Amino acid sequence: MTEFFSMGGYASYIWPSYGITALAMIVLLLATLRGLRNSRRELDQLETVLQARRPRRNRKSRKAT
Amino acid sequence: MHRFAKPSVFLKITAPILPWLVGATVILIASGLYFSLIASPVDYQQGATVRIMYLHVPAAWMGLFCYVGMALCGAMSLIWKHPLADICARATAPIGATFTALCLITGSLWGEPMWGTWWVWDARLTSMLILLFLYLGYIALVNAFDDPERGSKAGSALALVGAINVPIVKFSVDWWNTLHQPASIVRVDGPAVDPSMQLPLALMIFGFTGYYFVVLILRVRLELNERRIRALHLSGMFDDNGENSTAETKPYDPSHNAEASQ
Repeated sequence: MTEFFSMGGYASYIWPSYGITALAMIVLLLATLRGLRNSRRELDQLETVLQARRPRRNRKSRKAT
Repeated sequence: MHRFAKPSVFLKITAPILPWLVGATVILIASGLYFSLIASPVDYQQGATVRIMYLHVPAAWMGLFCYVGMALCGAMSLIWKHPLADICARATAPIGATFTALCLITGSLWGEPMWGTWWVWDARLTSMLILLFLYLGYIALVNAFDDPERGSKAGSALALVGAINVPIVKFSVDWWNTLHQPASIVRVDGPAVDPSMQLPLALMIFGFTGYYFVVLILRVRLELNERRIRALHLSGMFDDNGENSTAETKPYDPSHNAEASQ
């Protein structure tokens, strides 16, 4: 096990490589998911407001159809 | 082709694919990590540092792959004005930039023990650094305009002009003398990498590609949501009760943005 972590003496190069790569890929994914969640929430809010108003705004056109 | 470029069709097609893509990516990267860290031999010259290759090469591949994708989307956005092409290009840029940066960092961490230096200003490393700057320039440019359409035009032009850098990265190891080793996978005589090392390399390359498509789909959704939000604001429906009567939206004229006001 110690042998595995020492990576033939190159541990200080190999583990940072894997660590930074994992970190960057996870951060990018999480940032994307967070942005997606926030945008969805904002969109929902806007659409709720829109929905509430639609009957008043579209009363004429709705009767026509 | 044009039919598939509609955002609603994109969402409909990718929704069922996404969970499978996530599953495949997790399996590929997990098995790739197992083979690259544990079940593969050390190199007879480079020792264990060869394990950095399983990150460095896939990251470099993704850096170039994303750039080609971004430039093609930029071309489609310029020629056919597909909103989805522009959205895909914007969604790709940060992913490509991340992989290019990772390629440079892992390359540095590999170069120090093997070459005795973190960095050399040779053709391969310099052209890869330029690739990173092209990504960053693209991201800065498309976000620098109030009107997203103008931003996408400028960004697409930059992406296309910068595409000349892709063959320079690829062939730099053949055209100039360098510390960097020549191509060892995509070459005329077939791969020069031992099969025991090809397996983890292939797993990681496919795993990273899967990761790219997962994040791409998510970022396209994000971009579509943001456009919809912008369109709702621009349509002026929120003006009358002051919800959206902030100064930043005043200069816009909804008629300028025909696509958004639908």
